[in-house]
Amino acid sequence: MTDNAATINETQAQSRFNFGKAFRQYGTFIIFVLLLIVAQAQSDAFLTERNVMNVLRQMSGIGVMAIGMLFVILTRGIDLSVGSIAALGSVSAAILIQSYPLPVALVMAIGIGAACGLISGALIAFFRLPAFVITLAMMTAARGFALILSNGQPIMPGPSGAPLQAFGTSFSLGFPNPAVLMIGLFALAFLVLNYSRFGRLVKAIGSNEEAVRLSGISVPWYVLSVYVISGALAAVAGVLITSRSGVGSASVGAGNELDVIAAVVIGGASLMGGRGGVINTFIGVMILGVIGNIMNLAGVPGYHQQVYLGVIIVVAVLIQNGSTLFRR
Amino acid sequence: MTALIQLENITKTFAGVHALTDVDFDLMAGEVHALVGENGAGKSTLMRVLGGEMRPNAGRTLIEGEEIRLAGPTDAIRRGISVIHQEMALAPDLSVAENIFLGALPQGINWARLNERARILIERLGFDISPRAQVADLAVAHQQVVEIAKALSRDVKAIVFDEPTAVLASGDAERLLEIIKGLRAEGVGIVYISHRLDEIYKIADRITVMKDGQRVGTVTPASTPVEDLIRMMVGRPLSQLFGDKPDTTIGEEVLRIDDLTLPNGIRGVNLSIRRGEVVGLGGLVGSGRTEVARAIFGADRIASGTMTLNGRPYAPRSPRHAVKQGVGLVPEDRKSQGVVLDMEIRKNATMASTGPITRAGFFRPSAERGVVERLIQSLRIKLGSMNDPVSSLSGGNQQKVVLAKWFNADPDLIILDEPTRGVDVGAKTEIYSLIHQLASAGKAVIVISSEHAELFGLCDRVLVMGEGRLRGELQPHEFQEEKLLTLSMTGDRQSGTEGRA
Repeated sequence: MTDNAATINETQAQSRFNFGKAFRQYGTFIIFVLLLIVAQAQSDAFLTERNVMNVLRQMSGIGVMAIGMLFVILTRGIDLSVGSIAALGSVSAAILIQSYPLPVALVMAIGIGAACGLISGALIAFFRLPAFVITLAMMTAARGFALILSNGQPIMPGPSGAPLQAFGTSFSLGFPNPAVLMIGLFALAFLVLNYSRFGRLVKAIGSNEEAVRLSGISVPWYVLSVYVISGALAAVAGVLITSRSGVGSASVGAGNELDVIAAVVIGGASLMGGRGGVINTFIGVMILGVIGNIMNLAGVPGYHQQVYLGVIIVVAVLIQNGSTLFRR
Repeated sequence: MTALIQLENITKTFAGVHALTDVDFDLMAGEVHALVGENGAGKSTLMRVLGGEMRPNAGRTLIEGEEIRLAGPTDAIRRGISVIHQEMALAPDLSVAENIFLGALPQGINWARLNERARILIERLGFDISPRAQVADLAVAHQQVVEIAKALSRDVKAIVFDEPTAVLASGDAERLLEIIKGLRAEGVGIVYISHRLDEIYKIADRITVMKDGQRVGTVTPASTPVEDLIRMMVGRPLSQLFGDKPDTTIGEEVLRIDDLTLPNGIRGVNLSIRRGEVVGLGGLVGSGRTEVARAIFGADRIASGTMTLNGRPYAPRSPRHAVKQGVGLVPEDRKSQGVVLDMEIRKNATMASTGPITRAGFFRPSAERGVVERLIQSLRIKLGSMNDPVSSLSGGNQQKVVLAKWFNADPDLIILDEPTRGVDVGAKTEIYSLIHQLASAGKAVIVISSEHAELFGLCDRVLVMGEGRLRGELQPHEFQEEKLLTLSMTGDRQSGTEGRA
């Protein structure tokens, strides 16, 4: 009798494990689809073209930052400075546009973001300092720079900024331009992560840095690169946000680093490195956007929204990690 | 006389697959009972049943004649059964004493008494380790002593050692065997799992051989020559283990080291190795073997001395630099240094040489598949799909993936550090033949191993290190364990001439 019981336990454990594994692989999709169903049931206004475009436009900044964050997290790092670098990108773009041709100004603004990433990345990769602390420091410093440059005031780029705002508020291929740019960058990131040497090694480094090093690969350069990418993309996000509002501001992106990390984690990436994907991260961003949107449509007050968001993030991650929950 | 522990007709299945079929095993008080067999033979599963970590599907467990059902590992420990796993279960940031009494710490701790009790336990094992020392600072051998002390602290009746010497140098392994003999004399029953048959012949009172989840038989070392034991394990005689050395032509010099000195105490090492040669690097762990290998591979800086590779000056600044110039390393610790466990076999196999299968930094999938297919065939890696993670493979096949990585990168000099550690006998033979293949293909091969039989069976000559110096060289007619150890420990040759390698 006891033998039978043991056998049954074994089989159950087996089927449970597969159940969990499926969730780990497709959990993000499942959550997203469930969320869409709930959203549609909640409000007829949800699946209107206007509303969908709104969500896409709103999330474009977070989405672009999430791409950089994914690469950082894959190497087992973290970048807390993205929100502040976005502010620095926003402010410096608005200032530079006034004295340089638009493309030059934008490249310079993004270059400033990349330079911030270069500083953090060099300290993390070559001096082996903890990413959490270094990017925390950069978070404070970059925000400070943005405040100094803007003197704490919103900056109007003036007439030379008009084309930027025109870009940010119009459509291509039926989608808002910022969303098109975000989706384009996600597509590029997908190719890089899955088909390039760089993407493969970034993932491998997060999984087992020593094995990669002993395969004759210079690990620090790859670690440095992901922070540069993250910094540059954060500045791009800052410029995108500015293009929507038409104003450069040091308060852009405040607290965004946490939304970005939440999106990447909801997308199933592991903070222990080595695990995560571009499409899942995109869906993670969308989940975050749709949750906010549903609550807005349902008229949930702003303060309550934050509490619900916290709960929903936990639930999403619990489902994500179904396999570890069901184990044993 | 009743046995201390009796396992009767143990059967264990995983999802319908039999891991153990009808296995009997018994252990007397005061005996060392060795358990041998290839990886996957079921030794570890049987010991997990004994340690309460797994419940068998059928069979009885008796402790001192009384039938019991173990509820879990804690229950087993309470009944006096301790399992010391290969991967040690110590908390690195805690002190020695804290580790020993972990799980049995009183609410209010009298540190002086606790440390004193820990000291007595360690002294009983013949060691002098401060109970206040942090475990992370201890050498592996001393960590193992802490594990044993931990078991002793709980009035242990039986201890299972799962490949305890795999991580130890010969000298430390000897001391461990002494400890085990001491425990036996005190009446503790010992189950000893090891791939090292020489050790088993030194200490085992009985040997049980397992194969494919079944017990092949139980024998005594005195009545069973090692050849017979191996035949029981693999169905193949010992002489075939290392295979025949193929005729290789020794070519020009690949690596030459003159008067190499390292900041970590390695002094005055000279060596030369030619194409087609398999050269062993022997000596105790800590004698400087791995340090020399790391210096050749550019993982550590050198203090002084010169190296030449293929006749050109060679001063590697990093592993990357070394690989570029044609050096490869199969590192000591497969799981933490050799492979990226979670990553696909395909990606691991091509990691060290992506040039030919990429264009502008992007992979050409069909080219990569072709390369990996050829590697899988020529190294005979047993796998489901090349897109499975490396973690899905057995130890031997994982090691073959590491070898595949270097077969693909095609270096002139390849260093193998403990290439068959934790690998079963069958896979060992295949790895030996791959090493011979490398040599016949004109590579220079350096093999580091703590298994002397392996060095002697595989190498054309063996360089012996001791205390950071190259002590000398053994030629095939001098391939004897005593000679190697004497040379390593004292620098003397019992017989023969003093020579420069």
